Amino acid sequence: MRRFWSLMVLTVREIFDESAYTRFLARSEMVRSRESYAAFLREYGAMKERRPRCC
Amino acid sequence: MGKPLRVLIWLAVAVFGSLAVATIALHRGEDISAMWLVLAAVCVYALGYRFYSKFIAVKLLLLDRARATPAERLENGRDFVPTNKWVVFGHHFAAIAGPGPLVGPVLAAQFGYLPGTLWVLAGAVFGGCVQDFVILLFSVRRDGKSLTEMAREEVGRLGGFVAYVAIISIIVILLGVCALVVVNALKASPWGTFTIAMTVPIALLMGLYLRRIRPGKVLETSGLGFFLVLMAIWGGQWVSQNPSLAGWFTLTAPTLALLIIVYGFAASALPVWLLLAPRDYLSTFVKLGTIAMLAVGIVVMHPSLHMPPLTRFVDGTGPIFAGKIFPFAFITIACGAISGFHALISSGTTPKLIRLETETRMVGYGAMVAESMVAIMATVAACVLEPGVYFSINSPAGIVGQVPEVASATITAWGFPVTAADMHSLAQAVGEQTLYNRTGGAPAFAVGMANIFSHSLGGHAVMALWYHFAIMFEALFILTVLDAGTRVGRFMVQDALGHVWKPLGRTSWYPSILGTSGLIVAAWGYFLWQGVKDPLGGINSLWPLFGISNQLLATVALCVATTIIIKMGRARFAAATLVPLAWLVAVTFTASWQKMFDPNPRIGFLAHARQLAASGGSARLIFNDRLDAAVTGILIAMVSLVLIESALEWARVLSGNKPAAVRESPFVPSRLAEEQA
Repeated sequence: MRRFWSLMVLTVREIFDESAYTRFLARSEMVRSRESYAAFLREYGAMKERRPRCC
Repeated sequence: MGKPLRVLIWLAVAVFGSLAVATIALHRGEDISAMWLVLAAVCVYALGYRFYSKFIAVKLLLLDRARATPAERLENGRDFVPTNKWVVFGHHFAAIAGPGPLVGPVLAAQFGYLPGTLWVLAGAVFGGCVQDFVILLFSVRRDGKSLTEMAREEVGRLGGFVAYVAIISIIVILLGVCALVVVNALKASPWGTFTIAMTVPIALLMGLYLRRIRPGKVLETSGLGFFLVLMAIWGGQWVSQNPSLAGWFTLTAPTLALLIIVYGFAASALPVWLLLAPRDYLSTFVKLGTIAMLAVGIVVMHPSLHMPPLTRFVDGTGPIFAGKIFPFAFITIACGAISGFHALISSGTTPKLIRLETETRMVGYGAMVAESMVAIMATVAACVLEPGVYFSINSPAGIVGQVPEVASATITAWGFPVTAADMHSLAQAVGEQTLYNRTGGAPAFAVGMANIFSHSLGGHAVMALWYHFAIMFEALFILTVLDAGTRVGRFMVQDALGHVWKPLGRTSWYPSILGTSGLIVAAWGYFLWQGVKDPLGGINSLWPLFGISNQLLATVALCVATTIIIKMGRARFAAATLVPLAWLVAVTFTASWQKMFDPNPRIGFLAHARQLAASGGSARLIFNDRLDAAVTGILIAMVSLVLIESALEWARVLSGNKPAAVRESPFVPSRLAEEQA
C-alpha cells in the first residue's frame, strides 16, 4: 500500500512538473526560490509550449 | 501462480468477455445494465493486452530489455530522463486524453450503443493501441524522433512533407471543431459562460501565485485553482439567477465565437507561465479526478442504458450527422479507438522518458487501453439518457425546428417519445433555459454525467451543480487544447517560414509571433465561424472533417510503422499494422468520397452547395461547402501519395532491389537493465 501511494505521488509530481523542477534544482545546483523557478520556467517553458495536447 | 491456474483465469476472462459482448450485441427490447459494457471492455482489454500486445512485443518488435533507451544514453535531467514505467504511463495518458474520446462516442450514439462500443473495443485493441505502441517503440529506437522525422527518413521526403501538412491541417480543423463544441455548450447559458470565463483569471492568478508566492508548488497551486473553479461553479448559479448579471453572461453563438477567437490569439502570444502552463495544470487536475470519479460513479450506480443497441438512423438519416454506420461511425469515434494525433505524443515527450525498451508495451499499448475505457464511459453517459432527451439535445434546429413543441413532436415521430414539458423540467433541473439544439456532444455528455453523479452524490437537488461541473470540465479541457494547439501550430508555421526568411523562424521575435499566431487563429477561427453560421449546427459537417483528418494522420503513422517493420525483416508479421492500415484506408477514403460527392445534400458538401445555389442560398455557405470539399480532397490526395510512396518502398525492399536497412540508433547495452537484473 505504501509503495502504491509513493508511486501515485511520484506520478502526480511528474505530471505536474514538480519532479522536473527538482531535477532542475539538482542539475543547476540552485535552491528553491523565485529566481530558480523563473530560470526553470525559461528553460522548461520553451519545451512545454511545443508539446501538443491531444484531442 | 502455477501455469494451470493462470490458464484457468484467462479462460474465465475469455468466457466472461464473450458472454458480455454477446449480451450487448444480442440484447433487444428492455434496457440493459451499463455494467455489461464495462465487463465486455475490461475483459477485451485484458485479453488484448495480455496476448496481442505480448505477441507484438515478442514476435514483431523483438523488444530488447538489454538495449539502452535514449533516456538512459542521453540522460540530461531535462528532456531525457529515465522514469518509472507507471509514472510514464500516467504522464502519457494525461497527454493523450482529451475531449475526443468524450465527444465522439456521444455523437456516434445516434446509431445506438452497439456500433460505437464494438468499434471502440476492436479499434483500440487491433488499431489504436498497436499504433501508439509501435510508434513509441520506433521513436525510442531513434532517439525520440518525431513522426515527421521518421516519415522523412524511412518512407521518403514526400512522407515527411505530407505528415507535416496533415499535422497542421488536423490541428486547424481540430481547434475549430473543439471551439465549436464549447460555443454550443455555452450559448445562452449564463451559468456555464460565467464559470468558464472565470477560469481565465483563475489561471492567471495561479500563474502569478506559482511564480511569485510559492515557486514550484504546482500541486498545491492546482488544488487552490480547483477550489476557485468550484467556487466559480457555485457563483455561476447566483449569476444565472440575477437578472442584470445574467444578461451580461447570456451570449449568442457568434459573440461567444468571437470571444474565443480573441482568447485563442491572446493565449498564444502571452508568456507560457502566465496562462498556458497554469491552465494546463488545472485542466489535468480536473481531468484525472473527474475521469476517476466517473469510473467509480458508473461502477457504483451501474445505471441502465435507455438507448437501444441500434436505432433507425443506421440507415444514414441521422439528425446529428448524416451517413451510414460504415464509414461514419468509424470516423466519428477517433480518439477512443484510433487517433493519429496520438502518434505525435508517442513520438514526442514520452519516448524520452522510457527507462527500458520493454516498458513501451505498458506505456504505449496500456495507456491507449485506458483512453479507450474513457470512450466506453462516454458511451455509457450518453446512453443512460432517454433517447428522446438525447436527440432533443443533439439535433440541430435545422432538422427538428426551433420551437420546443415542434422539435418534440418530430423526435417522438421518430419513435423516441419526449415532450416539451419533459425537456423544460430537465433544463430547469440542470439550471439552463433550454436544452434543445445543444449540438456538439458536450451538453448531452454533461446531462448524462450529471445524471450518474446526482444519483450517487447529492440527489436531484444538486443536478444543476453536477451539470455545470461537467460542462466546466469539458470546456476547460477544450480551451487547454486550444491554447496548446494554437501555440504548437504557430511553432510549426514559424519553423517552415524560417526556411523562407530567417527572422520569421525566430520564436522570440514578436512580429513573427503575432503574425503566425494570427495566421493559425484565423485558420481555425474561420472553421469555427463557419460552424456557428451553419443552420445545421456545424457539427454535421465539421466533426466528420476532423475525424477524416485525424484518421488520415493515423494512416500516415501506420504507413511509417509498416515500412519500418518490413525494413526490419519482420514482414511476415506486418499484418499487425497492415490490417488496421487497410481498414483506415477503406474508412477514410469512403468517408471522404461520400463527404465530397454523395448526391444527398446532407452528406455531400458539393451536393449541399448545389442545393443552396439552386435555392438562392447564401454565397458564404456555398463557399464553405466547396472549401470543405477542397480540404477533404487535398488531404486524401496527399495521403494517397504517401501510400504510393510507402508501397513502392515495401516493393523495393521485399523484392531485394533495396537493402532492408532501418535508421535506428546503434545498440548500446543497458546499464539500467543490468542493475535491475
